[in-house]
Amino acid sequence: MSYIEIRNIFKIFGPEPQSALELAKGGADKDEILAKTGHTVGLHDVSLSIEQGETFVVMGLSGSGKSTLIRHLNRLIDPTAGEVSFGGEDILAMDIPTLNAFRRKRLGMVFQRFGLLPHRNVMDNVAYGLEIQGTARKEREAAASKWIERVGLAGYEAKYPDQLSGGMQQRVGLARALATDPEVLLMDEAFSALDPLIRSDMQDELMKLQAELHKTIVFITHDLDEALKIGDRIAILKDGKLVQVGRPEEIVLRPADDYVQAFTRDVNRSRVLRAKSIMEPITSGESQAVNEDWPSIQAHARLADILPVALANGTSMTVRDAKDTAIGTLSPQQIVEALEG
Amino acid sequence: MFPEQLNVPLGKWVNQFVDWLVVNYGAAFEAFADSLLTVLVALEQVLRGAPWWVVLIAIAAITWHASKNWKLVVGLVVAMFAIGMLGLWDKAMQTLALMIVATSLSVLIGIPVGIAMAMSNRLRAVILPILDTMQTMPSFVYLIPALMLFGLGKVPAILATVIYAAPPVMRLTDLGIRLVDQEVLEASRSFGASRKQILFGVQLPLALPNIMAGINQTTMMSISMVVIASMIGARGLGEQVLMGIQRLDVGAGMEAGVAIVLLAVVFDRIGQAYGKRSQRSHDAEDA
Repeated sequence: MSYIEIRNIFKIFGPEPQSALELAKGGADKDEILAKTGHTVGLHDVSLSIEQGETFVVMGLSGSGKSTLIRHLNRLIDPTAGEVSFGGEDILAMDIPTLNAFRRKRLGMVFQRFGLLPHRNVMDNVAYGLEIQGTARKEREAAASKWIERVGLAGYEAKYPDQLSGGMQQRVGLARALATDPEVLLMDEAFSALDPLIRSDMQDELMKLQAELHKTIVFITHDLDEALKIGDRIAILKDGKLVQVGRPEEIVLRPADDYVQAFTRDVNRSRVLRAKSIMEPITSGESQAVNEDWPSIQAHARLADILPVALANGTSMTVRDAKDTAIGTLSPQQIVEALEG
Repeated sequence: MFPEQLNVPLGKWVNQFVDWLVVNYGAAFEAFADSLLTVLVALEQVLRGAPWWVVLIAIAAITWHASKNWKLVVGLVVAMFAIGMLGLWDKAMQTLALMIVATSLSVLIGIPVGIAMAMSNRLRAVILPILDTMQTMPSFVYLIPALMLFGLGKVPAILATVIYAAPPVMRLTDLGIRLVDQEVLEASRSFGASRKQILFGVQLPLALPNIMAGINQTTMMSISMVVIASMIGARGLGEQVLMGIQRLDVGAGMEAGVAIVLLAVVFDRIGQAYGKRSQRSHDAEDA
């Protein structure tokens, strides 16, 4: 059993969701249910398993239900039907005080438009989660200071959110979510409101933090490039239904349907695909396939990093795993084919 | 002619209801009136007993605290000084005491009602038409039952003022809370804040500029009630206006009118300064 389990979640918006639920369970789609009952289907039979320590990205366009989905994880929204559990604990069964304790201790959330408290300065915003928990001022300010410095905002403690740029505000949002040391970080389009360069910086920052912290991160985005860059696994939502779940390379190499295919068309494949997933594997006892003159490349290296080597040599390359064992070969021709898709 | 057999004896019912209140709950109303009167009289004695320059210093200090703007401080002190020059200082202090008690009562009742309205759409749907009625019903209509319950004097004047002046603070508290950014609320909930923590830590502080605007309006409306209040025996500037009308003394009426306007200006400016401060509290701290 995975750490976070979402089982057959339906969310229907409207005055009498139960009637529309029957239709949805019977297989009627979003438009049909809207026409018949006037109810909007937010999520349609979504099941997901998220492992501890992974960065799980939910991708979809607006109206796909991705923001609705992430709000089920901390019950900002309750499902019409289905189950949500954390480490075997059914969060839908929690009463309000238990739920609040669960949110305080185990979850942190980052919002698209930051959701900072405009009447509090950076220090008090970052310390907010700890304040809610009832931590003493001295202690919470010490913890907050650490995280403010960590996200590169030392010296800005006394500034107010409206005195900061968007990128800086989201750093505050990130520090605030991390300050309570939660197990799970929920990020709802956290970087979507930022300029492209800042967004890229923040993605790098998040990946750097994650390499050390190993939180379970659920990240919502409408940007496939972002999803491919930071996600260990990606789920693609369309009209409230799950279309595909897989590792970034699986999404790019084997899109589940035309919808996913259309998304992946403009992706920079050289940044996603790794040597291992496109190489010609060597089965044991086939070591003669390797030419000693060929340059070696790491199995997890991205094509973008391999290309200079390939162009400089013009020959095939030997793909080696972490133990330096030759596990496959990669020819320039294979690279070209992989990039063409 | 409208057929008489369709007449509804609303007037008779109201009379019966008020009689019933007076007979059964007269003592309770009296006790309430007495405690209100005690507060009002004490405040009035302080204001009228204090030397005029102490009051001016107090006004100056409050204005400075609200605005940090010495020009405004000078302006408002001059306005208060002018009231003294019109020979209406003592009456202005009586009006001031009445106003402070009526406004405080309005705010004490208004803010919790406004909060309740923001929390429940159903309650809001019930209260809004009541507020409309309170503001449009001619004040004399409820002065009569107030007189019957509390007798002539200051207490019915305060109650009539509260009925007229409390709606703005209720409306603007409700509005202010409803205008709080949903994402900020979600953020607060996502960190596990309880309803109380959300109300006092997020909703009320962020609604404060609107609440302050409501308090300011409530203050202005309670000043505008002083003339009517004087008709049922409240002393003060209104009494002077009433006297001017009765004696056809245009000058005396005008003097009192000017004094009421000056008092209104003073309180409006102080209220607005506090409103601005609540809106941009951190700029002041930076300066």
